[in-house]
Amino acid sequence: GFLIPYFIMLIAEGMPLLYLELAVGQRMRRGSIGAWKIISPYLCGVGVASVIVSFFLSMYYNVINAWAFWYLFHSFQDPLPWATCPLNSNRTGYEDECEKTSSTQYFWYRQTLNISPSLEASGNVQWEQALCLTLAWLVVYLCILRGTESTGKVVYVTASLPYCVLIIYLIRGLTLHGAVNGLVYMFTPKLEQLSNPKTWISAATQIFFSLGLGFGSLIAFASYNEPTNNCERHAIIVSLINSTTSIFASIVTFSIYGFKATFNYESCINKVILLLLNAFDLEEGSLTADNLNEMKDYLMATHPQEYAQLSPQLKNCSLEAELDTAVQGTGLAFIVYSEAIKNMEVPQLYSVLYFVMLLMLGIGSMLGNTAAILTPLTDSRVIATRFPKEVISGVVCFINCVIGLIFTMEAGNYWFDIFNDYAATLSLLLIVLVETIAVCYIYGIRRFEKDLYTMIGRKPNWYWKIMWAFASPLLIISLFIFYLTDYILTGTLQYQAWDATQGQLVTKDYPSYALAVIGLLVAASTMCIPLGALVTFIRKRLKRE
Amino acid sequence: MLIIGLTICRISDVLLCNVTDRVSFWFVVTDSSQNMTTVPGSVVEAAIRMNRNRINSAFLLSDKTLQFLKITSTLSPPVEPSTPVWLIVFGVVLCLIVAGIVFLVVAGIQQRKKKNKESTERENLEEKGEVTVTVENGIPCEALDLKAGHINGVFAADDERFTSL
Repeated sequence: GFLIPYFIMLIAEGMPLLYLELAVGQRMRRGSIGAWKIISPYLCGVGVASVIVSFFLSMYYNVINAWAFWYLFHSFQDPLPWATCPLNSNRTGYEDECEKTSSTQYFWYRQTLNISPSLEASGNVQWEQALCLTLAWLVVYLCILRGTESTGKVVYVTASLPYCVLIIYLIRGLTLHGAVNGLVYMFTPKLEQLSNPKTWISAATQIFFSLGLGFGSLIAFASYNEPTNNCERHAIIVSLINSTTSIFASIVTFSIYGFKATFNYESCINKVILLLLNAFDLEEGSLTADNLNEMKDYLMATHPQEYAQLSPQLKNCSLEAELDTAVQGTGLAFIVYSEAIKNMEVPQLYSVLYFVMLLMLGIGSMLGNTAAILTPLTDSRVIATRFPKEVISGVVCFINCVIGLIFTMEAGNYWFDIFNDYAATLSLLLIVLVETIAVCYIYGIRRFEKDLYTMIGRKPNWYWKIMWAFASPLLIISLFIFYLTDYILTGTLQYQAWDATQGQLVTKDYPSYALAVIGLLVAASTMCIPLGALVTFIRKRLKRE
Repeated sequence: MLIIGLTICRISDVLLCNVTDRVSFWFVVTDSSQNMTTVPGSVVEAAIRMNRNRINSAFLLSDKTLQFLKITSTLSPPVEPSTPVWLIVFGVVLCLIVAGIVFLVVAGIQQRKKKNKESTERENLEEKGEVTVTVENGIPCEALDLKAGHINGVFAADDERFTSL
């Protein structure tokens, strides 16, 4: 159902903006700060905003790699630790919290995160998570140590290994029982969802994130290219490969979701059957999944009191409900996949493969982010002449690691959600909008055409020009308006907190200091653009006087 | 034959009642030696708890498929090794990564030392006047690696500025 907005956003936003950023980087031959300064001195704020967004992103994104390491290290056991609940103290049953929810959710919320009931109760730093986070940062440091040239070789591995794992999972996933349900769910368009602007916003954010637009990393990478490199062809190829990979990955994902949903649905039905058989002393095998509904009506008619007593425990099992639960969020990805993996044969092998793939993807993204931060730093002569590359990279990684320890506290996952939802989304939209308008109207589209002609020997055709000048900015502006109206309509912001006594998520309001942090996150990057223009304006005035 | 307390019972001592379709029933155990009095429930419970395995295997069932109401089964805890497995894997990976970092840093320092030594050697040779090294902007021409340098597009592409002879 997500496919339609995804494709429209790709053609309208993804490809043109990717081409734009690659061309800018290749032409200006500088990181994001320097490149925008060249286009117009008033736009130095855009580059700074990109770097700040990348900085926020690198702060919190590596925590995902830390979680992937944790799950990977725990996959070498038999049985998998998230397959069964731990026993309670007198060994008569399972732990309370684990009884109320599933063993995979318990492993995620209690044994991985040790999550606190609310944002205010911060708790201590979890040393296991802190260790995994340090390891994740050491791995990133190892890859960026020698600069972008060495990163290029690392990316050969981090980009090709996930494809191998995806193919293995595709074969395994499609042969699972119930995979078809997931695939059918994925390909049926849901018209109510299309009218909801949130779907379009998340499609746009997804395209921006997966292509890396607006972070400055594309400009940084493109500045290392030869000036005669054919960036138009590269832009088209990259975006097409990116989308095919996304579709491929979602086929694998949805076949596994379908397996998990079908498995849970059948267990739910079996539990209901067992409950009814025990309560009414019926013959074994008289209740099956097919005749369950008729038998329920029959029992309700013949024994109304006992049935009424029993009905609070009888859950309504629904395959649709199971499929709907599994859609988004980083924690959900860990829970859903670990739940699906524990039901396969040889779960250790699939678990190791899956988390290695997740690590490769995560580290690949981190490399792009850190390159976006490091390239402006190494470009500036003030810092680069005094300290060698290794020291600069080391300092950046160390600072990020120390700040990242916040996310390993007991309330860390709530802060992670704050960063995940607010650090990049609005700022990215604004940065990309300013980029397009700057290149088309301030730098001038004719000048840009001439630059492209000198670089690749061919002027861009009408499709690109229309997209750059009209379609993309208009789409982004409308997304902005949707976003803001949505926020104004819903009022205060809320978050999902884990309630250990009930064994499920509850909605709570953010405390005021969390709201302040959210405002700071959004403001820190978006305010750079007008501030940069203001500072340049004042400097010019002072110089004239 | 079950041993309950100190008495030995036979199959004829177990009386069934309330048998349902569900293959569930109530049973009492009578004591034939003491004139058909029923054995108290707590004694029967204790005996079943001790001999659960034998009862299960007699029916080829398990604790999950044969349930005695009010007698909860003791679950066996999972096997836990002395050091958690994940720490071992973590230690291995950590050592590999740290070794890689140290290796790269040391290699970088050595490369830089070699470059410094070469440039001081070259300066000494030039001062002595023994070797003429073509230098452009302080960088010897042989060291100029076209791939690592920046090509300035303004000067490189503008061939038409010069009138052809």
